[in-house]
Amino acid sequence: MTTVRTHTSKDSMSTTTPARAPHGGARTGRGPSRRRAATGLFTPRHLAAALPEAFRKLDPRSMARSPVMFVVWAGAVLSTVLTLGDPGDRFGWTISAWLWLTVLFANLAEAVAEGRGKAQADTLRRARTDTVARRLLDDGREEHVPGTGLRLGDLVVCEAGDVVPGDGDVVEGVASVDESAITGESAPVIRESGGDRSAVTGGTRVLTDRIVVRITTKPGETFIDRMIGLVEGADRQKTPNEIALNILLASLTIVFLLACATLPVFADHAGARLDMVVLVALLVCLIPTTIGALLPAIGIAGMDRLVQRNVLAVSGRAVEAAGDVSTLLLDKTGTITLGNRQAAEFVPVPGVTEAELADAAQLSSLADGTPEGRSVVVLAEERYGLRERPGGEPAGAEWVAFTAQTRMSGVDVGGRRIRKGAAGSVVAWVRERGGTVPADADRITEGVSAAGGTPLLVAVEDADGPRVLGVVHLKDVVKDGMPERFAELRRMGIRTVMVTGDNPLTARAIAEEAGVDDVLAEATPEDKLALIKREQAGGRLVAMTGDGTNDAPALAQADVGVAMNTGTSAAKEAGTMVDLDSDPTKLIEIIEIGKQLLITRGALTTFSLANDVAKYFAIIPALFAAVYPGLDKLNIMRLSSPDSAILSAVVFNALVIVALVPLSLKGVTYRPVSADRLLRRNLTVYGLGGLVAPFAGIKIIDLVVSALPGIG
Amino acid sequence: MTPELAGVLQLLALVGALALVHRPAGTYMARVYSSTKHLRVERWIHRGIGADPDSGQTWSAYLRGVLAFSAVGVLLLYLLQRLQGVLPGSYGFGPVGPAQAFNTAVSFVTNTNWQSYYGEQTMGHVVQTAGLAVQNFVSAAVGMAVAVALVRGFARSRTGELGNFWCDLVRGTVRILLPAATVAALVLVARGVVQNFSGIHEVGQFTGGARQWTGGAVASQEAIKELGTNGGGYFNANSAHPYENPTPFTNLFEIFLILVIPFSLTRTFGLMVGSVRQGHAVLAAMFTIWLGFVSLMMWTEFAHHGPAPQAAGAALEGKEIRFGIAGSSLFAVSTTLTSTGAVDSAHSSLTGPGGGIAMLGMMLGEIAPGGVGSGLYGMLVMAVVAVFVAGLMVGRTPEYLGKKIGPREMKLAACHLLVTPALVLVLTALSLALPTPPDSTLNPGPHGFSEVLYAFTSAANNNGSAFAGLNADTDWYNTTTALAMLLGRFLPMVFVLALAGSLARRQSVPVTAGTLHTGKPLFSGLLVGAVLILTGLTYFPALALGPLAEGLA
Repeated sequence: MTTVRTHTSKDSMSTTTPARAPHGGARTGRGPSRRRAATGLFTPRHLAAALPEAFRKLDPRSMARSPVMFVVWAGAVLSTVLTLGDPGDRFGWTISAWLWLTVLFANLAEAVAEGRGKAQADTLRRARTDTVARRLLDDGREEHVPGTGLRLGDLVVCEAGDVVPGDGDVVEGVASVDESAITGESAPVIRESGGDRSAVTGGTRVLTDRIVVRITTKPGETFIDRMIGLVEGADRQKTPNEIALNILLASLTIVFLLACATLPVFADHAGARLDMVVLVALLVCLIPTTIGALLPAIGIAGMDRLVQRNVLAVSGRAVEAAGDVSTLLLDKTGTITLGNRQAAEFVPVPGVTEAELADAAQLSSLADGTPEGRSVVVLAEERYGLRERPGGEPAGAEWVAFTAQTRMSGVDVGGRRIRKGAAGSVVAWVRERGGTVPADADRITEGVSAAGGTPLLVAVEDADGPRVLGVVHLKDVVKDGMPERFAELRRMGIRTVMVTGDNPLTARAIAEEAGVDDVLAEATPEDKLALIKREQAGGRLVAMTGDGTNDAPALAQADVGVAMNTGTSAAKEAGTMVDLDSDPTKLIEIIEIGKQLLITRGALTTFSLANDVAKYFAIIPALFAAVYPGLDKLNIMRLSSPDSAILSAVVFNALVIVALVPLSLKGVTYRPVSADRLLRRNLTVYGLGGLVAPFAGIKIIDLVVSALPGIG
Repeated sequence: MTPELAGVLQLLALVGALALVHRPAGTYMARVYSSTKHLRVERWIHRGIGADPDSGQTWSAYLRGVLAFSAVGVLLLYLLQRLQGVLPGSYGFGPVGPAQAFNTAVSFVTNTNWQSYYGEQTMGHVVQTAGLAVQNFVSAAVGMAVAVALVRGFARSRTGELGNFWCDLVRGTVRILLPAATVAALVLVARGVVQNFSGIHEVGQFTGGARQWTGGAVASQEAIKELGTNGGGYFNANSAHPYENPTPFTNLFEIFLILVIPFSLTRTFGLMVGSVRQGHAVLAAMFTIWLGFVSLMMWTEFAHHGPAPQAAGAALEGKEIRFGIAGSSLFAVSTTLTSTGAVDSAHSSLTGPGGGIAMLGMMLGEIAPGGVGSGLYGMLVMAVVAVFVAGLMVGRTPEYLGKKIGPREMKLAACHLLVTPALVLVLTALSLALPTPPDSTLNPGPHGFSEVLYAFTSAANNNGSAFAGLNADTDWYNTTTALAMLLGRFLPMVFVLALAGSLARRQSVPVTAGTLHTGKPLFSGLLVGAVLILTGLTYFPALALGPLAEGLA
């Protein structure tokens, strides 16, 4: 039986969850991740490796996937065939060669992008070695079967040194597991039966102890298999946005096809004869080859940037959806705040010094191994110089452990009895012993609660009788840089909602400190699901992270659901992405990657279209200045001859693809600013730049080309 | 006062009048199309045609209404012309020939008003008033109805219904066009435009001899001709004829009539989508293009040099001296940037670049401000395309007015963009390549090429103005221009209504800081750029061989 722990509070669960500490700072992981980033960007080595694949893609069936590049391919074939009829036509050969190069450059861009994924897939494949599974039979005996022979529901035994034969849930035992094969993280993680750390992945290695795993995935469909498929882009499907853009590009291609196909008739009326090769060259220059050539590479590179950050997206659609997210659901604990509450302040009652209170609180917490207890010790040490007592524990100390009934802990040592715990319990303890509780104690306790903190009352009974010393203020500590991050998100138009199991008062206080826009307090998984549905009904796209089985419905409902790799397999199954680092703050980076992907597409489309203006000014006078000399006034670049003008435009068109490959792989720089500023910036750079750049580029190429024999 | 100064003053007066009127007019039209009440006369009409004006229609039902109504319109108008011989008040004109009758029927139903006939020598009272004038009203109302349906597609959410075509058609006619045209006609009559049912007059000429002139219900037809961006003149000389357009004031007033509804509809649009700013942005884009074209046209016409203009003092060949260069330039730009096609000068006699500007104005798709209704929906489709590219650049799936632009929306917008370039380029090429059609052209070289290009540009964009010099009354041109008019009018409507249906079904996305703000000047600028670049790239080679070759020679 797979045991599933149900939670009433998302928050209480999260405090136990991150098996590996999430990245402390909010800004980590921004740059290339520590692993896999070694693949670099666009080096000669990558080019050489991608070259065979680029040639293989010249297959017309492969070319037909992009309407724009298919037209270029057909043009290249046509001009080559035409030139074959006149083998002495040096101009025809040069044009044909550059048309082929245009196609090849486009294929190369795609192949380079794919190549980076392939390298990653190879690493993963090495992890998927053939394993022998120890299948547990009903009578308790084991039999050895190959890992590929496992079926759903089989129970297998893994002991120290064994490789887990398939994806599944631990149903018995606890073990440390080396998951570096998938996550690249060398520190082992704990996997245990029940709860949210029960999922194990095939291909990982058990380092200690013995676990029994129930297989939940068929061989060949395991997590590693899916990962390989994803990074290789084997089943890459066009996203809706890619399809829409392709439609626009195809329609522009048709417009230019019409313009070029009717031109010979118009030219004939003017008494000019148009060479077919020249017409093909004009067509190729006009259709949006730049974006057409780089579109697949942009998409693959976008997925790849996620993989670089150790995030696996189920589909490209999920990455695009990330760019559209307008509401972000973030768990308080572990995402916005550090995992645990920490002692922030000692507030003594009148007549007691802070140092006195700190000393008592520290003494009572020495044996307290919980993070809260440790933080009391640390705060007392940092603020009041109270060093941890040598030898750890004072002699003769008698520790009183925390129980759900007493709701306090403490120590009896050297005639002093110190108690620390929930206000009600400690007050009762003092009164029981005949002590009085000053009104100030109540006031302080309420003050701490109102500020969103948790008050711990500290009392002592010694020679002076039982009395309250004061309050330890425990509070959630907001991670560094979070308020800035949320302000950034607000500028991007994204609303953040903090989800917590805390009461509304506490929740609001933390929300205010962290700077989130809204808060969902005392949240149950049902509340979370309802919130997502409500946001979606208003037309908003919602992103969230989750790891528990009870997060699964919400993860599935969210437009972008990022499951933590440490989470249950149900969560991973439901999400659209899996974060191998299990770092919930990464959601913000995922959104940026989604936006960057779309921006890169838009920018290169704009650039590609703006380029056409200059090409017309190069080619039209070259074609018709002979019959209508007035049209030479359009030759504002003063290109040296008709042939060199046409060739320069074709060469520029091909080279600009190569020049933009790094940009399409890296993505256009994204800054979290408002849409208006982004648009103004990108329009200036890619629109205006795209208008001006080819004038300069074509002129320079013309200067070179006209020096060549037989062309100029 | 120099002619240039007079031109600037006319321009200022026109802009001032439009600025004054477009607010109340736009608000009124928004109320007309949003109201739930019917006038008594409207109820009669609905009962008469058997329509339920309160039932919501899906985009396909709406489209079926548009197509059925237009098909019946073509048929009736065709029959009226063919039966002219037996109709009363026909001055003895016989039936119109089949090819020409079909061409004319299509021409008036598609709001093109391309005329391959001489009005005063072909059409009698009944055909003019019961046929042509009626279509002047209803074809304009159809255009507005389709535009309003698209606007509802943006404004509504999660519904398949775009309103009721019959209701929109009747309201557009009864509440907007009829009252406005009545007022306009009275103004025109007051300024000297004729309005009677008299027959043929013999008029003596200064140079000796006599000419025959027909009278007729000219002012009433003139008003709706401009107001509904129709453009079909009562007389062949159209708005250059003194009975249609006697004074510089009527000239300016007619230009105002041409522009007033298309510009005002942007406010209707803004109000109906719940953001006047969005309407302003579209208006700004339209106005920028219009003003730019007017300035260029005036500049090129005033600056023209050559022996003839020097002798005459200005490039006045083909222009009426009472309108001068400024009045003619204003009219030429306004008529070609809308789907009007009325002319007060011979566009063939514009300077080379001037002819190019007139042609480019139509090639833009007549969207600045465009025909009544068709200008708005054409510009909105361009906005969808511009938003798609710009929206990507801000890192979101592009959305316009809260509606995401997905593959289906893009497909429909792309098809809409393809229709007219395909018609213009293919039909022009065919006319030049086939053996007989070239006989129709009067001039050789680039000017002759311009005549053919202009004809199909005018027909496919439902403009209706002609470059002159081309004998369009041949079977080839009557048939092909009719085809261009039909496809150029109704294919875009199919795509626009399908787009409206698909937008209406979508959920509205709320506006955030990450949304591309389409109600701002930056977007208007982007829209202007997108319109000019997309059209420029499509037609540059053709324009280079026509007006540019002529103008740069």
